[in-house]
Amino acid sequence: MTDGPGMTSRLNDGRDPVPFEEWDRPRGEWLLSGECRRPGDRSLLLEMTTRAVFPTVLVFSLYLLLVGHYGPGGGFSAGLVAGLAFVLRYIAGGNADFGAVVSPRAPVVIGSGLAVALVTGLVPAAFGAPVLSTTKLAADVPLFGPVELQTSLFLDVGVYLLIVGVVLDLLRALGDGIERDMDDAGEAL
Amino acid sequence: MTTVLTLPVLLPMLGAAVTVVGSRSAALQRVVGIVVLTAVAVLAAVLLVAADERGPVVAELGGWAAPVGIALVADRLSALLLLVSTLVTLAVLVYAIDQRIADYGRGTASTTFHPMYLMLCAGVSLAYLTGDLFTLFVAFELMLTASYVLITRRTGASRIPAGMTYVTVSLLSSLLFLTAIALVYAATGTVNLADLAERIGTLPGGVQSVLGLMLLVVFGIKAAIVPLHFWLPDSYPNAPGPVAALFAGLLTKVSFYALLRTETLLFSRDKPWTLLLVLAVATMLVGALGALVQNDLNRLLSFLLVSHIGFMLFGLAVFDAAALSGAALYAAHHITVLATLFLVSGLITRRTGTVSLDEMGGLARSSPGLAVLFAIPAMTLAGIPPTAGFVAKLALLQAGAAAGLGPQVVAGVVILASLLTLYALVRVWVRVFWGKPRPPRPDEDPTDEVLVGTARTSMPMYAATAGLVAVSLAIAVFAGPLTVLTGRAGVDLIDRTPYVDAVLGAQEGR
Repeated sequence: MTDGPGMTSRLNDGRDPVPFEEWDRPRGEWLLSGECRRPGDRSLLLEMTTRAVFPTVLVFSLYLLLVGHYGPGGGFSAGLVAGLAFVLRYIAGGNADFGAVVSPRAPVVIGSGLAVALVTGLVPAAFGAPVLSTTKLAADVPLFGPVELQTSLFLDVGVYLLIVGVVLDLLRALGDGIERDMDDAGEAL
Repeated sequence: MTTVLTLPVLLPMLGAAVTVVGSRSAALQRVVGIVVLTAVAVLAAVLLVAADERGPVVAELGGWAAPVGIALVADRLSALLLLVSTLVTLAVLVYAIDQRIADYGRGTASTTFHPMYLMLCAGVSLAYLTGDLFTLFVAFELMLTASYVLITRRTGASRIPAGMTYVTVSLLSSLLFLTAIALVYAATGTVNLADLAERIGTLPGGVQSVLGLMLLVVFGIKAAIVPLHFWLPDSYPNAPGPVAALFAGLLTKVSFYALLRTETLLFSRDKPWTLLLVLAVATMLVGALGALVQNDLNRLLSFLLVSHIGFMLFGLAVFDAAALSGAALYAAHHITVLATLFLVSGLITRRTGTVSLDEMGGLARSSPGLAVLFAIPAMTLAGIPPTAGFVAKLALLQAGAAAGLGPQVVAGVVILASLLTLYALVRVWVRVFWGKPRPPRPDEDPTDEVLVGTARTSMPMYAATAGLVAVSLAIAVFAGPLTVLTGRAGVDLIDRTPYVDAVLGAQEGR
């Protein structure tokens, strides 16, 4: 295995023993794409396919999110599909690529998703309706024509963010984290 | 009022979301936690007053009427327990926050502790307030999943097996719970508790017994009823001080509340329930006798916790209004006193650096304040007049004495178990507080939060513990009005119609 000098120093950044208090906090700068810990593990075919598939899957997940009220889909399944897109990138690029894709911290994504969902549940109370009730908003948008919007979409957006955050957190803690620990211990993956 | 009813669940969840997003600001996390729980306590008090004056408060989520939609219900019993539980979670949070400050300094935030703590509080609120069997399952899962994180985080590697026991047993009981819900739904076609109350009575007797027993086993595991209690003394002592206090105060009592709610609402009985009387005797005696031989302070308290679950079971087993009233009062008293004792145990451990009674001594001289903080809840737990424990036990004994021969015999066991409790606690008192002061043990494993050596304690930690002692004393001072309140709650539980009418009649009133 040949590591460039610059790469080695970069990979060693923040690789001191993890302080117990901060085990769940990302350390240092996120790695950039292309800096694979073991270049021999790269699969060019998978990487190229992923580059094409990744945005497509994300768009598809947004589609599922939007049609969820009347058709198959919804925040949960859309979030899982989006999460799978990130899983694919993780498998193709390993932890290095994963770090490059994700700069927001997973807990922030989870927390904002939960907050969006809860606030959506509480907003109807301000209008005198029961908590968690939904209504249909209709508007005439120029160029698009009439657009109808179920307010439950906002709840779905919250769920979407929550699920994406959970998948990212799982990849970080159980994927990247374990890989890094095994690497540090000199074990084969 | 219906919005107020959803807030005890939604506010802690929102607090959890905010503390996750703001997981780099320790100050924000502290403020959010305390503000949210204070607000929930106020709301719980409002709900209690409303439920007592105008009958059960019902909220239909999303505006869907009860048998179809999910209903939240606050009646006297659930509002009272919600209020007491929230006061306990608030005090324990203050204690935990100050322990964190003492251990890691002001600036250390955590992505897990505060969110999980608030999620657990949301689960507890939901478990008290839900009027739907499946939502009860969701509430338990919310509570237990948060507790899995809290019991295993920041404990040394040697304590992970204890956490594994806890997780495995809890998952098993959840699986059984889900099975029971499936059977209930298959038999009746509904999971709404009020609807079930009307439909389960029409089922064949055998099916009713199976469903009742399954729920008894499910909540029996979660509430640590002998012989399903084995996991509790193994796992709770391995949790850090405030977490153990939180679990000891709340989790088993929420399970007992669920047992009380389902068995009274779904299955009507007109005479004492012999099986549960036997289980109550076993629970009281096994717990109390187990406590006598423990050398580990937290294990001793865990066995006493198990023992006193038996007292509440006795109230449920007698199955009349007076006994259920006693059980409700006992639950309120038990939540506060056990949480207090575990917090005191945490303070003692931080003084002595050990949980072993053999290695302690002379604390009465070196920290008299701690001795007072231990003595009051200890006397309360043993039920010495004029404490809250005495009031609650008196209510149970009076109900038992009036209910025929079986309950009278068990009432005798209640007295015996109280004396054994007193003996166990006197033993703690003699070995921990009397005798020659011993030097504290040094901290051997810095990653272990249970044995923290002689880490610093701060005034707010004592203040939080003292606050809980004050709540417990307040239960004794206001015993009169409280007994009247739980008396009405007991009548409601036997009568069932106020609850059922409030839930199912809600759509007619609109």
